[in-house]
Amino acid sequence: MIRIAQLSCGPEYSGVQKELETAAEMVGAKLIFPEVSLEDIKNVEESFGVEVASGDLNLAMARATRIVENPDLADAVFVATCFRCAEGAIVRSEIRKFIHENSAIPVLSYSFTERTTADTLLTRMEALVTTAKYKGLLSRERQTGLTAGIDSGSTTTKSVIMRDNEVIGTGWVPTTEVLKSAEEAYDAALKEAGVKKEEIEGLGTTGYGRHLVGKHFGAKLIQEEITVNSKGAVFLADAQKGPATVIDIGGMDNKAISVQDGIPGTFTMGGICAGASGRFLELSAKRLGVDITELGKLALKGDHTKVPMNSYCIVFGTQSLVNSLSAGSKPEDVAMAACHSVAEQVFEQQLQEVEVKEPVIMVGGTSLIEGLPRAMEQLLGIDVIVPHHSQFIGCVGASLLVSGLVED
Amino acid sequence: MAKVMVYPPTSMILADLVERMGHEALVISKEVRKKVTTPGLDSPPLNMTAEDPKKGLKYAAVDVPSGVRGRMSLLGPMIEEANAAIVIKDNACTLGCTGCARTNELTRLLLRTKRIPLLELDYPKDEGEAKRFVHEIHQFLEELE
Repeated sequence: MIRIAQLSCGPEYSGVQKELETAAEMVGAKLIFPEVSLEDIKNVEESFGVEVASGDLNLAMARATRIVENPDLADAVFVATCFRCAEGAIVRSEIRKFIHENSAIPVLSYSFTERTTADTLLTRMEALVTTAKYKGLLSRERQTGLTAGIDSGSTTTKSVIMRDNEVIGTGWVPTTEVLKSAEEAYDAALKEAGVKKEEIEGLGTTGYGRHLVGKHFGAKLIQEEITVNSKGAVFLADAQKGPATVIDIGGMDNKAISVQDGIPGTFTMGGICAGASGRFLELSAKRLGVDITELGKLALKGDHTKVPMNSYCIVFGTQSLVNSLSAGSKPEDVAMAACHSVAEQVFEQQLQEVEVKEPVIMVGGTSLIEGLPRAMEQLLGIDVIVPHHSQFIGCVGASLLVSGLVED
Repeated sequence: MAKVMVYPPTSMILADLVERMGHEALVISKEVRKKVTTPGLDSPPLNMTAEDPKKGLKYAAVDVPSGVRGRMSLLGPMIEEANAAIVIKDNACTLGCTGCARTNELTRLLLRTKRIPLLELDYPKDEGEAKRFVHEIHQFLEELE
């Protein structure tokens, strides 16, 4: 049983404590509350570095200090405070940094509302548990044998076939019916690789449809996208040793993952506002009358400063887009502004929650929209790597990890 | 007999003083007990559900954090019911129901602006102050109808 230490303020009074416990139980973990004394709480100014007005936040900081002093107390840490609480947000972020800098325990930070459900938390909790439980498997750096991966995403379904550390076949189709799309992508990858399904020694699945697809194909590994994508990203970018930051802007949600030696340390997964998603770029391409594959090239010719656009909401973002086109803005400027708008949302909402360490690796289908990594580079002031096959990181990660299970 | 809300609302010492003087003390433990012992709720042991922060909307807007509104769903009705209050300033470390500073600020504000008899005292630091503390509370409660 994986023990996740809950350091929080407010979930009981928001009526979501049961949801947190359910999410933990669903992934075979248990929430625990490290014991501290009243003196520990009174001393947080000295031990942690600050004392705040809310007692429950001081308690959370005292618990964080106790975990750092006694790392055997917990396998992972879940830091949670109320959404929209400034004091909570500051403390949550500082606790995350404190544990990250002073221990090797994986941390998940989250801000909840009364609408937070166990399902919302499931992928995050699963990733936290995987990171704590399967460090050996996650530290695997080479793919061996003949294995496959399927990434059943919200917008597209991808598949790869790998043999002896090389990608030998790929398949990529839009997601319609989950199983049908998975069959198509898998068949395309097998065809390109020139191998038969029966020859595959192990299959790993990831993405939204991972459970359905995994069950259908009898997958040896069914894994959430955070750990799998981290692995795939550092493998493809040849950055398996040392720190790295993985940014995956998906069709429905975004992931920002701080990685150390190929293993996720802290991560955030956003998915509330569509203005920060690949879906907005798809919509922008449609409105500009270009194919999504051409949007990036068009954007590179444009200047985002000529078009005011920065919205977390896909509807408001589209309004800005329509208004600027009506006002006579050039399509290339609008295309770059759309890329900048998405990059800025990810920068403002998610990259503040993880340690951004170089190399920064952008992955997923949106990384191929050239304007987007360029916009991210401009915002971060550093180079961003988009590895070859970046749209296949999920299935590459799954294929690599499942080869470890085949060997075992 | 008056209904006297005490702040911090978790203070058993204040509640005891109020009850000894023949008044009813409004303390949060009574509200929590109702939550814990009412059958049919689905989030034990505290039994707060996502509906509670919605009840708190009566006291704080939707853009106020859910933890504040959830706590206010317990404290707000107590404030409404109170016809007198004792507020202790600079009280010691508080947790749980009183673990959120924003909720505590709102509670103090609502008590102060309710225009009910209100006694505000500093937390006593020594025996002499403690004696004066009890004496002032005694006097305040005696004058209540």
